[in-house]
Amino acid sequence: MTKFIDLTLNGISTGAVYAAVALALVLIWRATRIVNFAQGGMFMVTTFIASSVISASGSYWLGFAVALVCGLVLGAIVERLLMRRVESGPPLNAVIVALGLLILLEALAGMIWGNTPRSFPPAFSIRGYDIGGTHVLFSPNDTFTVLVVIGVALVLRVLFQGTALGLQMRAAAFQPEIARMLGVRVSRMFTLGWALAAFVGSLAGLLIAPSVFLGPNQFDPILIFGFTAAVLGGLDHPLGAAVGGVLLGLTLSYVSGYEGASLVTLAALVVLIVVLMVRPGGLFSSTLERRV
Amino acid sequence: MSSMRSRLRASTGTLARSLGLVLLAGVVLFVASELLDSYDELQLANGAYYFAVLAGLTVLTGLSGQISLGHGALMMVGAYTVALLVGNEQWALVPALLAAVVITALVGILVGAAATRLRGPYLAGATLAFAIGLPALADRFPATFGGENGLVINPPTPPSSLGASFPLERWEAWIACAGALIVLFLANNLLHSGIGRSFRAVRDDEIAASLCGLHVGRVQTLAFVVSAACAGLAGGLLTVVLQLAAPGAFEVGLSLALLTAIVLGGLGSLVGAIWGAAVLVLLPGWTNDIAHSFSLSTRVSANLPLAIYGLVLIVAMLAWPSGIQGGVRRIIGPLRRRPAGG
Repeated sequence: MTKFIDLTLNGISTGAVYAAVALALVLIWRATRIVNFAQGGMFMVTTFIASSVISASGSYWLGFAVALVCGLVLGAIVERLLMRRVESGPPLNAVIVALGLLILLEALAGMIWGNTPRSFPPAFSIRGYDIGGTHVLFSPNDTFTVLVVIGVALVLRVLFQGTALGLQMRAAAFQPEIARMLGVRVSRMFTLGWALAAFVGSLAGLLIAPSVFLGPNQFDPILIFGFTAAVLGGLDHPLGAAVGGVLLGLTLSYVSGYEGASLVTLAALVVLIVVLMVRPGGLFSSTLERRV
Repeated sequence: MSSMRSRLRASTGTLARSLGLVLLAGVVLFVASELLDSYDELQLANGAYYFAVLAGLTVLTGLSGQISLGHGALMMVGAYTVALLVGNEQWALVPALLAAVVITALVGILVGAAATRLRGPYLAGATLAFAIGLPALADRFPATFGGENGLVINPPTPPSSLGASFPLERWEAWIACAGALIVLFLANNLLHSGIGRSFRAVRDDEIAASLCGLHVGRVQTLAFVVSAACAGLAGGLLTVVLQLAAPGAFEVGLSLALLTAIVLGGLGSLVGAIWGAAVLVLLPGWTNDIAHSFSLSTRVSANLPLAIYGLVLIVAMLAWPSGIQGGVRRIIGPLRRRPAGG
């Protein structure tokens, strides 16, 4: 029973990180209909920047803040310089450019910081709580991870559903022509969407780096599981991304705990196929989006 | 009746053209294999099985409009089939390769049937999960699949009629090229057949295609099966050339590289698949040469090939949105009549 609880708690905290990555992918998919595989490289770079700042200044929170700001800037730059040129082209070209950027960023990180994975400090203690004399595998840092991801999801929801800016961003994504006619600066909204997505992504990098270590290719599985989570939940739904992330995190945690880590990728495949066979557009799809 | 006859004439024309194409390619490859040294012969063999799988992807992605990030895993099915049949059951090469094609096609039916319900990124996600999930099976059943180290087979022996000193690499290149030529012949016919047209119809407008009496799901599944069969053959040839089937060769990177090659080469034409295979074989060598021609620190020179590869992908997509073949066609296009359906 304690094992089950431990695995559940562990699943929730890794699932929260998958949810954050999925959220970053969903933001970009909604804005520009591009699956941004470069996300994995972008949040790897910002986490490396955080690591450098932390070791130079000695302050975790300074590094944390710098990484988030760098994420915002990097997202905007990537959209302005690269993605804008392929947004309107064939969809596969954008995928290839994103893959190219992922490879390029990983190679550059290897040149600058080396290919050996290094440790990354957690925000809070990673020693599990003692509850009633039993030691559980859930630490203050896991609490922080889960709370931060929930907080970001809520803020994004308020932004998209409750503010004029969010309305403009949604309008630009769904009806760019009409939105432009009504005075929405559509291309600026796309840039903002990419910047926000990269911000959320860089947060995911900071949260996961202590447990998987930091290296040029270290975040590849996180990216793949984040994408799987986004597809599970439905790429058009931020809530779906969050649910998909936690669902995937829990499943992988149980499978790896009870059956062994080698089956984790196979379990991801099974979950994804089962969900997609029942709901081809993800858990939160509606008939409208299925036609897109 | 007359329309039937003209259709018949058109199809024999395609058949003759495909045969001519294959003969020409065969002569070029034969002469090339005589001139090359053993390293380049091995490269030729690698290019040949890459072409086989890329031709299959051309049918799937270029023709029927479905995306697959899982073709590396389909190659793995073919590779392990050949490794098990040749290594454990002492099958001859040709029946083993045929079995690889059949078994991978059967897997293709499963994947394809699931894929018909999925579109765009959802299909990409499902096939990507397939690509990361399948190599785990080799770890799970090490007694059958050899775990991390994979399965080793004996190298194919050149027939004694070719002489005792006939190089092994050239024989491997011939086997792989023969497979590639068969794929070229069949794929070129398919491209210009009624089935090829139905693939394109489904790609361009599913509703219109189903109004014309096409069963969209069945057409899409068929495209997946054809494409999986090509991948199975390619995987089997890979085992023959490398004498090894190991999970490390079929990780998700291979699937992504295949998709990249097909888009970079030029989506939808078999010439594009040839360009794609050439890129897959030659680019790593070139980038390595470039990286080691400067005196750089090991940290930089170890990562430079990858950086160049990423940069090439980005620049190529911006410069030639329709791939290398699109760029070539723009240059020589006005000089010749554009072939139908190309």
